[in-house]
Amino acid sequence: MNHMPKMPQLNRRAFVIGTATAGAGLALGLDLPFGGPTVVRAADGSPEVNVWVVIRPDDTVVIRIARSEMGQGTLTGLAQLVAEELECDWSKVTTEYPTPGQSVARKRPWGDFSTGGSRGIRSSQDYVRKGGATARMMLVQAAANEWKVPASECTAANSVITHTPSGKTTTYGKVVEAAAKLSPPTETEVKLKDPKDWKIIGKSVKRLDTVDKTTGKMIYGADVKLPGMLNAAIKACPVFGGKLKSYDEAKIMDMKGVRKVVRVNDRAVAVVADTWWHAKTALDALPIVWDEGENAKVSSESIARWLAEGLDNAQPAFVGNQNGDAKAAIAGAVRKVEAVYNYPYQNHAAMEPLNATALYTPDKCEVWTGTQNGEAAFAAVLETSGLPADKCEVHKLILGGGFGRRGMTDYVRQAVAIAKQMPGTPIKLLWSREEDMQQGTYHPVTQCKLTGAFDKDDNLTALHVRISGQSILYTVRPAALVNGMDPAAFQGLAPTGDWAIGYGFPNLLVEHAMRNPHVPPGFWRGVNVNQNAIYLECFMDELAHSVGQDPVEFRRKFMAKHPKHLAVLDAVAEKIGWDTPAPKGVFRGICQHMGYGSYVAGAAEISVTDGNKIKVHRIVASTDPGYVVNPAQVERQIAGSFVYGLSALFYGNCTVKDGRIEESNFDTYNSMRIAEMPKVEAVMVPSGGFWGGVGEPTICVAAPAVLNAYFAATGKRIRSVPLKDQDISFA
Amino acid sequence: MANLTINGKAFDLDVEPDTPLLWAIRENAGLTGTKYGCGIAQCGACTVHIDGVAMRSCTLPVSEAVGKRITTIEGLAAANGTLHKVQEAWVANDVPQCGYCQTGMIMAVAALLEEKAKPTDQDIDEAITNICRCGTFQQVREAIHAAANA
Repeated sequence: MNHMPKMPQLNRRAFVIGTATAGAGLALGLDLPFGGPTVVRAADGSPEVNVWVVIRPDDTVVIRIARSEMGQGTLTGLAQLVAEELECDWSKVTTEYPTPGQSVARKRPWGDFSTGGSRGIRSSQDYVRKGGATARMMLVQAAANEWKVPASECTAANSVITHTPSGKTTTYGKVVEAAAKLSPPTETEVKLKDPKDWKIIGKSVKRLDTVDKTTGKMIYGADVKLPGMLNAAIKACPVFGGKLKSYDEAKIMDMKGVRKVVRVNDRAVAVVADTWWHAKTALDALPIVWDEGENAKVSSESIARWLAEGLDNAQPAFVGNQNGDAKAAIAGAVRKVEAVYNYPYQNHAAMEPLNATALYTPDKCEVWTGTQNGEAAFAAVLETSGLPADKCEVHKLILGGGFGRRGMTDYVRQAVAIAKQMPGTPIKLLWSREEDMQQGTYHPVTQCKLTGAFDKDDNLTALHVRISGQSILYTVRPAALVNGMDPAAFQGLAPTGDWAIGYGFPNLLVEHAMRNPHVPPGFWRGVNVNQNAIYLECFMDELAHSVGQDPVEFRRKFMAKHPKHLAVLDAVAEKIGWDTPAPKGVFRGICQHMGYGSYVAGAAEISVTDGNKIKVHRIVASTDPGYVVNPAQVERQIAGSFVYGLSALFYGNCTVKDGRIEESNFDTYNSMRIAEMPKVEAVMVPSGGFWGGVGEPTICVAAPAVLNAYFAATGKRIRSVPLKDQDISFA
Repeated sequence: MANLTINGKAFDLDVEPDTPLLWAIRENAGLTGTKYGCGIAQCGACTVHIDGVAMRSCTLPVSEAVGKRITTIEGLAAANGTLHKVQEAWVANDVPQCGYCQTGMIMAVAALLEEKAKPTDQDIDEAITNICRCGTFQQVREAIHAAANA
């Protein structure tokens, strides 16, 4: 006898209520005064089986996705998770976003909307699969009720329900009305499949959002058009912390198309015009006076000096990982190796500049935007508009890149602040690339002093990692600090967990001297593993070479208790052919790290001409994210993360002068082109039993693999990013 | 005012002659498949065909496009909706990630294939200089070869 849940009860007072919403939104769940579950309907009248699944009479399956699609493939991956348990016909699957306003009205049935930290799949996989399983059980039960047979005699596959003894069949679309009226099984009654039985999870199904991206039909935030809409261009004080003092709007009011000049907040001014080009042209001509304040004295050099002071052991620091007594071991060492590294500010530079469209009336405020966090954007709309939750809404659009920047809500607040000054007129605020580059929330700046101690037999006895620099959480999420310490500063260097260091050293001390310059930091794809992997993995390479040992063999000595870290390192070593000679003139570098719950390793083959022109011939990257939902998409995330990571290594530097960022566009903040990028050979070794992230982890092994290869090729150790500032370029 | 021929259709647009073609296409003609990425002809998201040649429309004044055949991503597929072979290859190879740069990338590749039916990797390296921050280059290269052999 199969273990089947007890029969869900048909509610006596199941009321069908549907509220058609504008566009492709969802129906609102309305609480009837006399209570009881209700059938909630999508805009086209199709019933929800539950919050995750709507089925149309033609058997189309609409799967709700709360997380945001920004290229990483989460829309398709999350749909695969639901579809696996739903046992639906994949060819009939489509997706839609619930809105944050609907989520609030329904008491957050979709959970967290936040899409960052490579969490999209790993932190929602359990409840979205249960959502699919629950819907399947209700559909099967509805068929069983109709046939007056036990549900345990029925099976479901490909959206078809079969009564095994009689051979009778029906489809999801035919029973969905009845299924939607059933009470769902309780959570304990819902059993998920054993991973070995997965049919859709683990398959390289095609993305669900591709065709419109090749025809120009996909509507991004920047493409939104509303009746009567005007366009806004904005300029905020280029010195962070500075204020808007005054502007002379009379100088531009007669320029073509200009409708209004708006003080957005205490630091930004916007021009509203019929077209964005008119708005931008007028903004460029607008005389603006800034109150730049004290920060105008700050430069990259002054920041670097301040951070360098934090490398001094006498300065206070937070301890993030410690075993034994590293300081004592170093003091008593036969030989020491010491090096100082640094990592600069970097801009996300998503291809689609930041934008949001807002329509404000005293009764309602709606926003259309690409956001990595629908709920945070919603909260920003509430705060800025001053309206209550039931009078606000955020319509999420596909993002033209996010990389962490679109988890912030500054641009949403600005759009609402402008729209609030022009009630009834939809305002599309689009940042220029220059504004996007110079009003970023930047990859934080740090320096790191590393000290290794050896005994007389060349055994490493201690490692001291002392980071000095900026905390993201201090500015972005101060409530997440732990007694003042930023735990995220130790990503990839932590004792255990999702960010665990992959080595066991006899004595270890990892510290962070927090120093927060005025430049706003933000989560930037990979976040703190980017610099921490360079610091640790390039220094491990230095330590290995200092005792004349092979960098892989040297690492292995400390990895006995870190088999998963070792497995990915071994996987790239094997694939790149570490134990065999490289082709003539080609040199290799290798590294491993951990982030976002996934184990990653990378290896590069490069050649160097004239000592400073690098050609990257091969990249091998390995990841163990526990489970791989869509291998083709994971492969693309790995390859893409190397483009992002190597762009950062070669080009990424936002320099500070007079308190502002100097770089303004892709001519001064460059990004890799196809000619510079070799094929990335991805080696996926999912070992199961845990769920790690995919979008970010592999980015951090890009730079150290190439830097270590550069040392192998030239004997020169590069400890400062980016390479362009070391006079090193692509060949 | 400017009379432009976009995707075979005549447009009479209320724009100044020095307006970048990109903005005339997006805001006046209402064709938003052509994207704004940088405004200084660095990234290629705004690539369109002018008389069959790939051009970056963000720095090209409207006045220079008058009397010429302008093709945007919306005009690349056949009139009956059949996708261009580059679009087909893009779909078959699941090339786009965020997709924002891809319409410009596709226009650049379509023009390359007009010029060189079977481009080598080196031809691709020289001709395709569009920025893609998601890093789709590996799939872009595969799809170009696939389209060339279609």
